[in-house]
Amino acid sequence: MRAFGQIFAHDLRLSLRGGVGSLIAVIFFVVTVALFPLGVGPELEGLSRIASGILWVAALLASMLSLERLFQNDFDDGSLELLALSPLPLEASVLAKALAHWVSSGLPLIVVSPLLALLLNMDSTGLGLLILAMLLGTPTLSLVGAVGAALILGARLRGVLLALLVLPLYVPVLIFGVGAVEGAIGGYGSGAPLLILGGLLIGALVLAPVAGAAGLRLALE
Amino acid sequence: MEATGPVFAGHALDCVRGGRLVFRDLEFALTPGDALILRGPNASGKSSCLRLLAGLSRPAGGEITWQGASIAEEPEAHRARLHYVGHLDGVKPQLSLRENLAFWAKLRGSGEAVEPALARFEMGPLAASPARYLSAGQRKRLALCRLVAAHAPIWLLDEPIVTLDEHAVGILFALIAEHRNAGGMAIVAAHGALDMPDASELDMKRFQPALEELSS
Repeated sequence: MRAFGQIFAHDLRLSLRGGVGSLIAVIFFVVTVALFPLGVGPELEGLSRIASGILWVAALLASMLSLERLFQNDFDDGSLELLALSPLPLEASVLAKALAHWVSSGLPLIVVSPLLALLLNMDSTGLGLLILAMLLGTPTLSLVGAVGAALILGARLRGVLLALLVLPLYVPVLIFGVGAVEGAIGGYGSGAPLLILGGLLIGALVLAPVAGAAGLRLALE
Repeated sequence: MEATGPVFAGHALDCVRGGRLVFRDLEFALTPGDALILRGPNASGKSSCLRLLAGLSRPAGGEITWQGASIAEEPEAHRARLHYVGHLDGVKPQLSLRENLAFWAKLRGSGEAVEPALARFEMGPLAASPARYLSAGQRKRLALCRLVAAHAPIWLLDEPIVTLDEHAVGILFALIAEHRNAGGMAIVAAHGALDMPDASELDMKRFQPALEELSS
């Protein structure tokens, strides 16, 4: 458990020291969302109708942006070999790194999303649920993404490959994430989508470390 | 623990990498205090052999044992008793030397020996500076500091002296001698001369497959 905390803290420290690199996900998120009012036009009705969808799609893409480096840097500099040789099970290392990825690139998205919701004139009843749904949904993105990041190690065209691998797996989070917000705004309840998001998170917590570790072992063979 | 007989041994090890048979029927046996030098030209399988011994890859045939039990049965216990210093140094340029070393030491449950380890390889004065500015030789020294910062009975060193200067090589061999005196074991891959008294040698060329096997 202590070693798990070490890896988590180590990765957070590395992303803090990364300078602008660690802010890329948030900057991308803000810029992408800010483009929509310009493209769709200033009529508030239209914007607020698609606001939750825009926020979720942008969050999906933003969280994927920093995934490519999740294991690649460690793979290139030999740290991954050493992690695989540490007494801690590799599955636990994958989980620690995925959680650190969520804290460094998922949480900031949640922090700025109320501001962006305002920009898109999203119905204020949906705001609380947007945050709740993102709290349940974005960790799943990091966990599922970690599996993709492990599988692309050493490949060429990593970024494209990662998008092809991971984006289809993000679809359930997108559907039920938007469903939770729309349910609140439309007044037909968002309990079911939230429960499904929670279920997806629990499933990812259990399966992603195992699959990710298997991918890493394959890359290190 | 039994007093006699080999503790760490490999029996009839075959290694296949990328579909190619690299070596076959490799045998070794080490008792506490022993050292083994893997000697051979490039691509003779020295690094592959060390990776097998570390458990990073699995032998295509044969068995590696610790006190008679296969290491594949308890991979985590095996990893806890070895240090592996490969060609890549695992050094993060954003972190200071101290932070770099402390991470790997704490991962093995010992964070106290970081300063003595840095001092041992004369890196003390640089401890707080970022590893970005290290030369290749200094990065290797920092990687070797891991040997001192946390205890492990098996040391697997892959051509450790390639980038080191004479002085650092001296420090390393003194360290290996101390480690062996304390009952540790060292397996070192190299193609040059090493200052390791009464270490057994394994000529990798002896285990190269015959030509007809290569094509099959």
